Amino acid sequence: MTSGEKTRRFRAYHAAAAIPAIGLLAGIPFANRVEPYVFGLPFLLFWIVAWVVMTSLIMGIIWLLDRSRP
Amino acid sequence: MNSALVVIGIVFAIAVGLGVLARRGHDMSLEQWSLGGRGFGAVFVFLLMAGEIYTTFTFLGGSGWAYGRGAPAFYILCYGAIAYSFSYFLLPVVWRYAQPRRLVSQADFFVAKYDSRAIGVLVSLVGVTALVPYLVLQLKGLGIIVSEASYGSITPAWAIWTGTAALVVYVVVSGVRGSAWTAALKDVMILGVVVSIGIYLPLHYYGGYGQMFRAIEHAKPGFLTLPSSGQSPVWVISTVLLTALGFYMWPQYFSSVYTARNDEVFRKNAVMLPLYQLVILFVFFAGFAAFLVVPGLEGAAADLSLLRVSKQAFDPWAVGVIGAAGLLTALVPGSMILISATTILAQNIFRVLVPGTSDRTTALLARGLVPVTAFAAAVMALRGGDAIVTLLLMGYNFVTQLFPALILSLGTRPRIGAAAAFAGIAAGELTVAAISVSGSSIATLIPSAPQFLKDLNVGIIALAVNVVVLAIVGVVVPRAEIAAQAVVQ
Repeated sequence: MTSGEKTRRFRAYHAAAAIPAIGLLAGIPFANRVEPYVFGLPFLLFWIVAWVVMTSLIMGIIWLLDRSRP
Repeated sequence: MNSALVVIGIVFAIAVGLGVLARRGHDMSLEQWSLGGRGFGAVFVFLLMAGEIYTTFTFLGGSGWAYGRGAPAFYILCYGAIAYSFSYFLLPVVWRYAQPRRLVSQADFFVAKYDSRAIGVLVSLVGVTALVPYLVLQLKGLGIIVSEASYGSITPAWAIWTGTAALVVYVVVSGVRGSAWTAALKDVMILGVVVSIGIYLPLHYYGGYGQMFRAIEHAKPGFLTLPSSGQSPVWVISTVLLTALGFYMWPQYFSSVYTARNDEVFRKNAVMLPLYQLVILFVFFAGFAAFLVVPGLEGAAADLSLLRVSKQAFDPWAVGVIGAAGLLTALVPGSMILISATTILAQNIFRVLVPGTSDRTTALLARGLVPVTAFAAAVMALRGGDAIVTLLLMGYNFVTQLFPALILSLGTRPRIGAAAAFAGIAAGELTVAAISVSGSSIATLIPSAPQFLKDLNVGIIALAVNVVVLAIVGVVVPRAEIAAQAVVQ
């Protein structure tokens, strides 16, 4: 199987790619506050930065899973 | 002559030299000129795709929004991450379809999928209408950056003309290879510059990030959170979603997809690019640092905050380095926009009007259109007033209208006919134009709506009109065709 066919086929773990969008955006109304500061950042900014980092992590895991397919 | 100007001049010369040298050893067919012969590996594709992260909009506008508006600026950090996660699935599909068919432009993709030249012309018009104001904005930004960073010794007009001339030379000579080579220089410089000032300024003026943000919150309570109306959480969520949908609908993005040698590149990029764009965070830090150090920049002047605070904090040569990095944020996206716009004009509009145009003539025409397009953009950058801002805001909403028809075309066969796709896009574009020209928002259209509806990005309406028209035509036309066939029989 070529690498192309791996993502052509939808696999259950591909759904995880939606997690960052949902987590980031759905959380904004609740994360819209200054306190507590995390690493010096106001909480809202920290929330967004944390999800951007999570996006790379989640996509990285999906990529590794796709690559490990025989 | 000051040392800032010397540094800017040297970097400018290196960039143009690299851009011209990039051609070496390559003939310049349209496929070479516009797509680098479809032979770019992971690094070049990464640089072209990351090129969009740091346009003059992020450099000046990102810091300007942080300085002038506070928390609403954070939206700039959100949409890229979402678009990149989505690109993991979208871009390999686009590439695999385009590669064996030798597609050159975004419009080619629609023409091939829907088997309709008309939709190609429509998509081309949408693309060019969106691209030209974007190019104008880059040139305007270039003028501001160079005149500020050279301490006024070069006027914006001089900077715009010199920048445009250089852009024309290396785009005509090297095409997208020139963009890729200069993008390498740009990303190294901008990373170094932005991270340095984003770390230094808060430490130098406030003693740390925590102290800086606490001082800002103390001076202007509520500045670091979203307001409950206006640019509220609802506004951020709807704007991020719309922008993420529109992200890969820009024609120059399609072209950078076609430059790739294989499709594994896009999956790696989807993993790396969210982290990479965190550098925008440091642009915010610079804008926030400026908030209490150089107060009083109102309206459009807020975009100067990064450069003004840098001039106060650093020696002229360092300001020159910052200005030079800013100059590159205009040249690289500017070159990609120019290539895309002229490729579309030659390939998807001229060729339809004059059937039988050879590949060679099309390639020559695309390159010949570069000076014309660049000249027009430079004139608009110098003369254009508010109209350009309206056009630019329209631009993003314009390309976003391509999203439904593109997604529905991705299967082995499009799920809708060309008529439905055409009608949906056309209806969406007309709605965008009507909304933009009249300056409407949901609050002005439906004054009695509850607040959360009023804060929705008005682009949602155009997308909704698009989808409804697309669905209606998609249902009616096949039925009419069946009925017509029945009558014939």
